[in-house]
Amino acid sequence: MNDCKFLDQPPRFLFFTGKGGVGKTSIACATAIQLADAGHQVLLVSTDPASNVGQVFGIEIGNRITVIPAVPGLAALEIDPQAAAQTYRDRIVGPVRGVLPDAVVKGIEEQLSGACTTEIAAFDEFTALLTDSALTANYQHIIFDTAPTGHTIRLLQLPGAWTGFLDEGKGDASCLGPLAGLEKQRSQYKAAVDALADPQRSRLILVARAQQATLREVARTHEELNAIGLSQQYLIVNGILPEDQVAQDPLAAAIYQREQRALTEMPEVLKALPIDRIELKPFNLVGLDTLRHLFTTAAPAITHDAAITQAIPVRSLSKLVDAIAADGHGLVMLMGKGGVGKTTLAAAVAVDLAQRGFPVHLTTSDPAANLTETLNGMLDNLTVSRIDPHAETEHYRQQVLKTKGAQLDTQGRALLEEDLRSPCTEEIAVFQAFSRIIREAGKKFVVMDTAPTGHTLLLLDATGAYHREVSRQMDSGVHYLTPMMQLQDPKQTKVLLVTLAETTPVLEAANLQADLRRAGIEPWAWVINNSVAATTVHSPLLRQRAANELGEINAVANQYAQRYAVVPLLQEEPVGVACLRALASK
Amino acid sequence: MTTIQIFDPALCCSTGVCGVDVDQKLVGFSADVDWAKQNGADIQRFNLAQQPMAFAENSVVKGFLERSGAEALPLILINGEVALAGRYPTRAELSRWATMTLTEDKAQSDCCSSSRCC
Repeated sequence: MNDCKFLDQPPRFLFFTGKGGVGKTSIACATAIQLADAGHQVLLVSTDPASNVGQVFGIEIGNRITVIPAVPGLAALEIDPQAAAQTYRDRIVGPVRGVLPDAVVKGIEEQLSGACTTEIAAFDEFTALLTDSALTANYQHIIFDTAPTGHTIRLLQLPGAWTGFLDEGKGDASCLGPLAGLEKQRSQYKAAVDALADPQRSRLILVARAQQATLREVARTHEELNAIGLSQQYLIVNGILPEDQVAQDPLAAAIYQREQRALTEMPEVLKALPIDRIELKPFNLVGLDTLRHLFTTAAPAITHDAAITQAIPVRSLSKLVDAIAADGHGLVMLMGKGGVGKTTLAAAVAVDLAQRGFPVHLTTSDPAANLTETLNGMLDNLTVSRIDPHAETEHYRQQVLKTKGAQLDTQGRALLEEDLRSPCTEEIAVFQAFSRIIREAGKKFVVMDTAPTGHTLLLLDATGAYHREVSRQMDSGVHYLTPMMQLQDPKQTKVLLVTLAETTPVLEAANLQADLRRAGIEPWAWVINNSVAATTVHSPLLRQRAANELGEINAVANQYAQRYAVVPLLQEEPVGVACLRALASK
Repeated sequence: MTTIQIFDPALCCSTGVCGVDVDQKLVGFSADVDWAKQNGADIQRFNLAQQPMAFAENSVVKGFLERSGAEALPLILINGEVALAGRYPTRAELSRWATMTLTEDKAQSDCCSSSRCC
């Protein structure tokens, strides 16, 4: 076998969690194969929206338990969270479609289109697998390539969220939102949550890359889930560049240094966990043989024919800035999942615009702040400001609890507090803090490293809350635009979607794009960051990675983006005006 | 017994907290409803986002939505008839509808009804 710690005496349920693109699904597949090869009956459950589990095993799987003929003892099931959420929406909205006015039906649908609904709907599908049922009786191990978030679990644990709701079918309006459409009984959810928090039955495996920001995020997840009883946790750091690549070229050496530093400076709470390190593999993780090698260090030979040696022609960020600069002023928002480099790219765009002589205000929510601090005062026409998302959210939370929560009883207050921990709350608090600065975009360039999702904008627009907020802040009788109207106009606002040239990050960016389109906002461009394909590398491992990127870059160029730029992976973190300037023009 | 039915607008999060401006009246009203229920009032609440069927199946509510739209909610019915629309009732109104005689409101009702000082 092997000596992976997380595979030592595994309990019945194994959950892999981590942000998109860290390799959860591949590791879950490899784990399932390993346990099945050892003679166990194993069920693999994938909720990856880009699930390639079927492709891995060369068989169509879908939303039913399917036996994998190639691996005796293994069966798999794919849950599509988006489809689950749609089914869930249909259950609530379907019966009234055509009965209630269309505008009303659309409004209800939007309420149920947020990230929370998707989460809850996916968890709903989990429940039967976690609680004792005939469905899973035959499996010794059930492996999930995802885990519910702390927010979802806490919501399900709150007695206030359930009181009189599902039992009577009519509850308080100030009672829980997305849970209302759940089919099952509270006792079943309780059993599922209990199974999750039972170390005898469940093991949670955090998956990360050797990157500072990623490890910080994983540390937060660890503490949050630990606090609600998921105490048996393991850590896998995946895709580490092996030392033998260092001699090959300077970029490989720089990556190696950076990764090793991130590992050494890993948050203490993570260091205390059992940790497994998996080296970067020179092959695509598709097919049984390659997956069987994932946990071993002896890698099969590299196939040189697929690797490229020449850097692809780069479409520079500066070319995009040319078009942005042509309008003379406006709002530029960089949007994307955490860890794709939004703040760095926002700074690069701002510096480029400022050096062309335009007045620019760069505003970021970057928690580290070292990047933006180095820029302050460096250029005469560049202003830099920063908001702290945690402080803003906390401030908003306290304000709501103080004013609105004062009259609530203990249970109601607990529910309000949990509601205020939802991702939407943070998004709104942050966006609210930015909205003051946004109004400057009529006269100068405002560059932001964040943007609200389409869902949030639609909700705010539907309730008219923003409209009221804006009119309150402005002199009455003055002609004004709502933020949504401003964001919809490409002359005033340009949204740049930031992604990496990897399958899951590209898919996540495509989902963000679809969400913005629902709100009538068309992303103006895509930026593919940290591309190895846009560099010249000699390390065989990195060359293979570059080759793998080409498919993703092509998909962005041909399928998703109106216009795009590719920014190469750099040897050093770009800090300071000169580096950022160079980044844009590369 | 009097049945009070409240048809709420669709609220984004359960408590509506994700709106920029949390509706203080709504939170206060929830507390009033709890209070009235504890004192024996028969009050039901329906949220448009969660129980749209309750809206569709009631011809009075359905008609109201067709005429005035969801923006005109909340709608309050007493024994099936429209009692109030566009705002939430006060605690005094609730207790009057439920014909409750409650200690907490004695002072008020003495003032307004008995001594006719208002």
